[in-house]
Amino acid sequence: MDKEQTAAKPKLKLAVYWGAACGGCCVSVLDTHEKLLDIVAAADPVFWPIAMDIKYKDVENMPDKSIDLTLFNGAIRNSENLHMAKVLRNKTKILVAYGACAYMGGIPGLANFSDKEAIFRRVYDESESTNNPEKIHPQREVKVKEGTIEMPQFFNDVYTLNHVVDVDYFIPGCPPQSERLVEVFSAIVTGAQLPPPGSVVGANDKTNCDECKRKKTDNKLVKKFFRPWEIQDDKETCFLEQGVICMGPATRSGCGVRCVVGNSPCRGCYGPPPGVTDPGAKMMSAIGTMIDANKPEEIDEIIETIVDPAGLFYRFSLPGSILGRKVQ
Amino acid sequence: MEFRPTLVAFLCNWCSYTGADLAGTSRLHYAPNIRIIRIMCSGRIEPTFVLKAFQQGADGVLICGCHPGDCHYQEGNYKCLRRYKLIQKYTQQMGIEKERLRLEWISASEGKQFAELVNDMTKTLLQVGPSKVKGTLEVEHLKK
Repeated sequence: MDKEQTAAKPKLKLAVYWGAACGGCCVSVLDTHEKLLDIVAAADPVFWPIAMDIKYKDVENMPDKSIDLTLFNGAIRNSENLHMAKVLRNKTKILVAYGACAYMGGIPGLANFSDKEAIFRRVYDESESTNNPEKIHPQREVKVKEGTIEMPQFFNDVYTLNHVVDVDYFIPGCPPQSERLVEVFSAIVTGAQLPPPGSVVGANDKTNCDECKRKKTDNKLVKKFFRPWEIQDDKETCFLEQGVICMGPATRSGCGVRCVVGNSPCRGCYGPPPGVTDPGAKMMSAIGTMIDANKPEEIDEIIETIVDPAGLFYRFSLPGSILGRKVQ
Repeated sequence: MEFRPTLVAFLCNWCSYTGADLAGTSRLHYAPNIRIIRIMCSGRIEPTFVLKAFQQGADGVLICGCHPGDCHYQEGNYKCLRRYKLIQKYTQQMGIEKERLRLEWISASEGKQFAELVNDMTKTLLQVGPSKVKGTLEVEHLKK
């Protein structure tokens, strides 16, 4: 980034906010290392809970569209997340769903296999480490001497950011690779031509298999699927050909195939490639052709070795998938 | 209102669709709940098709292809069978009743069997009741 050029322009106003998130996305912004200095040279962070102290009320009082860029990470799990998504949508020119959770629901989205009641029962009554003989559950409101304290409402479902507000761009990843953020950020700062709203940015247009350097042949047939710990990876053959399910065929490239480079199968955090809405369905389609059997009983036996297809194929994408949640 | 199940059926061009055609030209009466979509081969069935049908309100999804060994494209129906079993495992995990998704082989000469199959599956769906997939994750109201 040309520092003299950016110094001449008014600085951008930048917000980074977390919904239902682990904090990893915010850290990925810090992981830009010395490039962070370029980012703050070109932009003033006006709201960033992990890094600075500012109250929601201050954001609510900002003029509409006064923030140039908001990186919203995390899914929509409760009324606080929803409220801040709506506020930031109003205050922001370019709203980016940053990371797998905001994009497709991510790991918190796996809660859509369950429901609010079951989650509360597990967490406050049943878990091995819970000691709650009086069965105390969180309440929305508590009356204290000074008045009434309100808690955010925990929703029954987890939503993606795009479910609740219009999103301009999506940057996938768990977390997004910091260098891709720098690229996107530079494009916005230098006023480069941005893709049409609704696009996935900071990623490529092909699948991870396309960029993967492991040895691949045409023969993908397998008699048994293995979980990664069940076999000794030879560190050079395609994971699928070794019988280990790798989400590469149904996952957008852009991460540099880092997991496979680190000898671990792709988990699919970059979401589906262009033109695909449901990565899990595409994965089932691909895996279906790999099953080396024609007799129904043999097919059953092979599928038996895929222990949890729903959790495996939709690890980062359940709320954003076609079904969205378990039927209840 | 009386429950009338919607049954979305994917029929392969070469055997099953011709079989359904035979049921029609033979003037067989069968349940009108079926909505037939013709595809070139049952091997063309993507899980996306099945999930989308459920998500848009189908109470049941029926896939029909050529009998094993008879596929016009050699082995499309085997690929369909493998995918079907995988989708079945996934949809059951997602709380969709097993009876709502069915794969059957119908040859071009099996018009009668096709009519019986549609009647049978419609009867099953009447027993299982309306599907709750559509609207299980309501999001339309959230943007307002």
